[in-house]
Amino acid sequence: MMFAINQLGYLVASALFIFALHWMNTPATARKGVYAGVAATAIAVLVTWAEPGVGHHLWIVGAIAAGFVVGVPLSRVPLTAVPQRTALSHAFGGAAAGLVGTAEFYLRRMEGPEALTPFRMVALIAEIILGYLTLTGSLMAAGKLQEVKWVPQRPVTYPGQNVINLGLLALAVGIAAGITIHPEAAWAPYAFPAIIALALVFGVLLIIPIGGADMPTVIAILNSYAGLSAVAMGFVLDSKLLITAGALDGSSGLILAIIMCKAMNRSFTNVLFGAFGQVQQAKAGGEEKVYKSETIEGAAQVLEQANYVVIIPGYGMAVAQAQHKVRELYDQLKKRGITVKFAIHPVAGRMPGHMNVLLAEADIPYTDLVEMDEINPDMPQVDVALVVGANDVVNPAARTDKSSPIFGMPIIDADKARSVFAIKRSKNPGFAGIDNELYFSDRTWMLFGDAKNVIGELVKELAGGSGMH
Amino acid sequence: MTSDFWSTLYVFMLASFIGLGVIRRVSRLLHTPLMSLTNAISAIAVVGAILVTGGDYPLRIRLLGAVALFASMTNIVSGFLITDRMLRMFKTDEKPKPAASGAERS
Repeated sequence: MMFAINQLGYLVASALFIFALHWMNTPATARKGVYAGVAATAIAVLVTWAEPGVGHHLWIVGAIAAGFVVGVPLSRVPLTAVPQRTALSHAFGGAAAGLVGTAEFYLRRMEGPEALTPFRMVALIAEIILGYLTLTGSLMAAGKLQEVKWVPQRPVTYPGQNVINLGLLALAVGIAAGITIHPEAAWAPYAFPAIIALALVFGVLLIIPIGGADMPTVIAILNSYAGLSAVAMGFVLDSKLLITAGALDGSSGLILAIIMCKAMNRSFTNVLFGAFGQVQQAKAGGEEKVYKSETIEGAAQVLEQANYVVIIPGYGMAVAQAQHKVRELYDQLKKRGITVKFAIHPVAGRMPGHMNVLLAEADIPYTDLVEMDEINPDMPQVDVALVVGANDVVNPAARTDKSSPIFGMPIIDADKARSVFAIKRSKNPGFAGIDNELYFSDRTWMLFGDAKNVIGELVKELAGGSGMH
Repeated sequence: MTSDFWSTLYVFMLASFIGLGVIRRVSRLLHTPLMSLTNAISAIAVVGAILVTGGDYPLRIRLLGAVALFASMTNIVSGFLITDRMLRMFKTDEKPKPAASGAERS
């Protein structure tokens, strides 16, 4: 009877998880999705807690309380820090899977080697390798995103890197195969930590050659790994709830990673093993080209004359925390009856959907956030394209220059607008280290300075100007 | 045992297809909240952590479980809270467009 109630609880929780994701298909129902997720998790926790073999309630209460103490502040980080927080939570997820897997191995072995069937061993090994590599890999990613001092920002590469990485993984799998065949061997409990150590090292090595611009893909892949480690745990514990929830998470990460890769015209393997940052040296040098810069007054005048303005935000907007100033600019332009849209490139920012969240935070209606594929046909009719801290995603070299490392990447066609203003902090090339022809186009005028200051000045100019009407 | 092994694989296969189908329809606007939501959902590993922490096992095993329980709980709490916080920010254009010329300043 008890068994049936438990299973029913897990079944309902699984269904609720599917609904939670289903309701994410539009912002109108998305919050319902969160409630469904909370309900599912609560049911699962209570049902498990009530199982006959579970005691030591003080321990459980203590660990749950500690989770709340850390979890609540982590949910209140500024939205510009959401990529780091997400990476950090992948690390927590990986750690949980790894630790439970470790405990399970020693427990089952104590029960007797027959508990460690080959199927269960394979699942266990998958769980701990995925779990621990997600732990360190995500910590490295979080460190890079947070720009922690001791984590190298630039991609770190050395000869034979991929051979060494894959060699480590192969070694871990080799040891794992040994334990799977002889789980009863006296050396097995000692060889097991070696797999853990290799997985931890592998996670670090996997992430250090990856640069900031590839972070959206990497975060998505780590998301997928965290889910798959939960699936593996489900196989070990024979829990269909864990398998279902983990598979949902795993496929979500996979789809996001594929979208990110397509938006950069790159393959999975290229992101993981390609070390994008290297290419830049080859492109440096060449003749000096000239920018045209524009004053704030001049830019404000052009904006005022426009009918249709498209703002193209990039990671620079997040760095400068300029989204609230952008909102003021949006208001000023809207007040004049100008159509204002935001063109969102899928990989703008440091994680999937990053720009949308920042702009939503600044109270910009999501109906004015337009995807790249939908805005591009409009671009020739656009009077002013305003580029705020974006670079590679508007670089026409992606369409024209076969030698460019970003050739073939879909871009927002800012260069097709009647005029372009680009706000840029300095005259240095962007993250990928590639010159951007857009800045030298005869229709482009540069506004040099911090994005927040420049837009603030524009807003002031527009506000002052409108007073004279 | 063998039948269980096959049925769990079936569950995995079917759940993956459901996941792919459902996630593909998620609005691109919401990809960041989607990621924090799936984060919280995959913290369902909490189930395994409770079983290890609460079982009648040696101390060091239960310690591993307690740390895992803490980690999953952190993900559950922060994942759901931040997802909701982000989703609350997504608003439509409340005011009719042409009449927006009022002193709309916050």
